[in-house]
Formats: sequence, structure tokens, C-alpha cells
Amino acid sequence: MSKFQFPESIKSRPVYGTLEPRPGKAHLLIADAEGAEAILDLAAQDADLIAKAHIIFIPKGTDYSDKLRALNPAQYYEGPSYEASLQRLRHVLAHAHQGLQVYLTGTEGLMGQAQNEAMQAGIPHTAIQTEHRGSVARRMQCVHCKGITEDVMHDPFQCAHCGLHLFVRDHYSRRLAAFQGVRVDAEDPGNIPDPVELYS
Amino acid sequence: MSAAPQKAKPGAEQIPVTVSAVVPLNDLVTRFEFKRTDGAPFPTFSGGAHTVVTMQDDGRTRLNPYSLMSDPADTSTYAISVRRDDQGRGGSLFMHTRVKVGDEMTLTYPVNLFSLDLRARKHLFFAGGIGITPFMSMIAQLERMNGHWELHYAVRTEALGTYVDELRYKFPNKVHVYYDDQNDAIPLESLLDGQPLGTNAYVCGPKGMIDWVHATAAASGWPDAQVHSEEFMAPQPGAPFEVRLCKSDKTIKVGENESLLEAMEREGVEAPFLCRGGACGQCETDVVSYDGEFVHRDHWLDDDQHASGQKIMPCVSRFVGKSLELDR
Repeated sequence: MSKFQFPESIKSRPVYGTLEPRPGKAHLLIADAEGAEAILDLAAQDADLIAKAHIIFIPKGTDYSDKLRALNPAQYYEGPSYEASLQRLRHVLAHAHQGLQVYLTGTEGLMGQAQNEAMQAGIPHTAIQTEHRGSVARRMQCVHCKGITEDVMHDPFQCAHCGLHLFVRDHYSRRLAAFQGVRVDAEDPGNIPDPVELYS
Repeated sequence: MSAAPQKAKPGAEQIPVTVSAVVPLNDLVTRFEFKRTDGAPFPTFSGGAHTVVTMQDDGRTRLNPYSLMSDPADTSTYAISVRRDDQGRGGSLFMHTRVKVGDEMTLTYPVNLFSLDLRARKHLFFAGGIGITPFMSMIAQLERMNGHWELHYAVRTEALGTYVDELRYKFPNKVHVYYDDQNDAIPLESLLDGQPLGTNAYVCGPKGMIDWVHATAAASGWPDAQVHSEEFMAPQPGAPFEVRLCKSDKTIKVGENESLLEAMEREGVEAPFLCRGGACGQCETDVVSYDGEFVHRDHWLDDDQHASGQKIMPCVSRFVGKSLELDR
């Protein structure tokens, strides 16, 4: 099961939908891990769309590659990590035209960062489709040292940069594509609750 | 949503002006230029803004919105270009036949419901006929900031090509004109195809043209947020009807050739407004009770609100039926 229903939260928290085929001159599909399943679902609805699609996939140890290749998209690229795929993503966006539809699916960190790139290339965020699949791990920014910690699964967690223990907030920055982590023991130094797995 | 509720007042602040020039451009369109009567500079505005002109027409007050088409940075003069509509309600005829250099009139402060999105990588303008006016000020604004734009302008005939010569002379590589009488149509589909990512499209013209651009852009995968349009509608005549205004404790009659908003103003009821064309939302009014059918004509309320019978935009919408009571 790759779908997770996030509980309702503050307005800042991103809300994800379900990918649907939309008219477009070109289609850019970006997914990591279980996000591949959302692409397969989309392809089942509209095979013509996939024929015009460029798929960028980051497997993160999953084995969806063969299934995605079998869809026969116009272009298929597989990257070992988001960071490694970024050059390609920026190149694609720099040469894209109006009428490009962007579909993002998989983890929040991937969708947030790719959405940010698409926004900077000139696509309004309201026009970018997203669908969450797979891990609920978060990309967190430490509001104190500004360092980003990827794949945070526990609350509180320790900042990978400055070592502070941070409370996982739903307060989100679209610009940073990260949730905000705030020192959990600021008022009572040393009083750090036991970490609990997110949404457990 | 902003925390403070907007203070609803009738219209934007007024500026007393003196007509400084009346320039006929062709058979249908005349430009009117204004200076402030007090000699002070006008406020600057942003390209696409409009002003509401007050006309004193033999005891009848007419308030018509027109796009400001002068250079937004020119604080010495405001200019509008008015197309004469012989079948219209008389505002444009009043401007054409009665307004002379030296006349004193009032304009409102500029209000912009059709502004440039300055995040756009490129601005693609589609104008039909008198719909050219907001683009005149947008182009002046963009030229000052070295903006990237192009204009596709459809006119009926060469003789009715308002500002065509001026635009072509100044911007020969950016302005493209299409003549209806030569069966020359804007090649919309191919123009929308291949534009750089982040291009914004703007359309001002007849309703059919606006719908055409929105529909074609949507079918080509353009985000809604990047297709902008402006259409001011003049209120349409209709059967007279009676309205109870409960806050003012008045029952008024709306005549065949006046809008509900105009009838309220005639009766001295202070009703908020800005655009008077169904676009801005300022005059939105709650319905207390009704027995009959609404004739909604605005672009502000959505279909559900239109169907709910709880809101009406008195600047353009009407009512047919037994009774209507409004919270005004």
C-alpha cells in the first residue's frame, strides 16, 4: 500500500491530490520510489499522454524501473538520487515551452524540490499536479542553523548539521521545499521527549 | 485572506479634472485627455488600470469605466479612448457629442483589475478592437522596464485600426495586426504553441474573443493563472422591477434602462462599487428574500452562488418576479 491519508493540519502544510491526465503539448513526470505506481495508474488512464511524456525516475532501491520503461515514454531517465537528477531536470525546464504539464509523485521531499524548480522556471504552483506515494519521511530545515536534514522519520529528531534536537512542525516553506524544525528543548534545555515515529 | 474587512464605500476617491484635449482617431473612436483641475500631478497607475468617469447628462448621472491608455508614469495627463456605441446606453454618445475641451468632469482614482503579472517571462497580448486600450498603458509600462512582449491586434478594417499606425511605427517587430475584412485571423493556436515557459497571455476584446483565447489556451495546456482577461459589461436593459432595500428602509423601482446600482444611487442609497461592469466584486449584495428569477450577468459570483439566490451584483444583474429584498 503506497497511499497515505495525511490528517488535516495547518494551512501551511501542502496538500496532495491524485494525478489526472490534462491536456498539454508535453508532459514531464517526476517520481521517486513508490511514486512509480502513480505513474502506472496515470498511464492506465491515458496511454497517449505517456507517448508524449518525459519520465524522470529515482528508484531509491525499488524495482519499478522495468515497468516504467515498458510504458514506452518519449524519454525515460533514471537517476541515482534527486541531487544527481537535478542537472537534467533544470535542462529540461530551461528548454520547455508553455503547454508543458508537470506531474510530481512520490515523497514530499522530491515533490517539494521539483515543484520549486518548476516554479522558478515559470510554472505557477497551482498548475503543478502532485500525488503523495510511499514514505512519509520529511525534508526538514533547522530554523536555527538553516541546515537541511533529509528523510526525517521521527519527532523530535537531531539536526544533522548543528546537533540540536528539533520538533517536527507542519509549518512548510515552498521556497525551501522543507518543513521547519524548531528546537524542542529551548525553554527547558536538556528536556528532550523520546522520539516517536511520524504518524505512528 | 486579509484580516481587516474592506470598507465598503461607493467607488474610489474622486479627482476633479478638466478636459485638455479631444482627439478623434477614426469614425468610431475618440481620445479624451484630462488635466487635474487643481493643477496637481495625477497619481501614477499600473498598466491595465481603469477609471470611472462621471458624466452629468441633463440631470442624469452616468458613471462609465474606461481603461486608462496613457503612459502610467505620466502624471500630467490621463487619457481614455472611447468607442462610440450608437446602440448603447448613451455614455459613449455623451462623451462623443457633448464633451468639449475645457469641460470640468470627475474621474476616480485608478483601479486595476487587469494588471501585468510581472513574474512573467514574456507578455503575449491579444486585443480585439477597442480592447487595445489597456494594452497601450501596459506597453508603455513594459517599455520602460525593458519587458518582453508582443501584441496581436485584430481590427475590423484598416480605417478602424485605432492606434495601429502609432504602434507599428514605434514597435515594428512586436506588433502584429489582423484585419477582419481581409479574412485575416489571429493564428491563435500556433501563437500559443512554443512560447517560452512562464509566458503570460492577456486578452481584451469582445466576449467571443476572450472565451476563444481562454479555451484554446486551456486545451494547449496553459495554466489558467497565466491567461488574463478583462471584459467590462455595460448593464443590459430589462423589464422594470421593484426592490425593497431593508437597511435603507426604502422600496425603489429599477427602470428599464438603468441598472439596479444606478437606481439605488438615484434614490440616494450609498452602495459600494468600483468597476460597474460585473468584474471587481465590490458591489456584491446579500439577498434577504425573493420570489422570482435572478438574471445574473457578472463574472464575479460562481455558478453555485448564482444558483443559491443569496447574492446579487447590482451593477449588471437584474431580477424578474414578484418581490426582491436586499440587505442594503
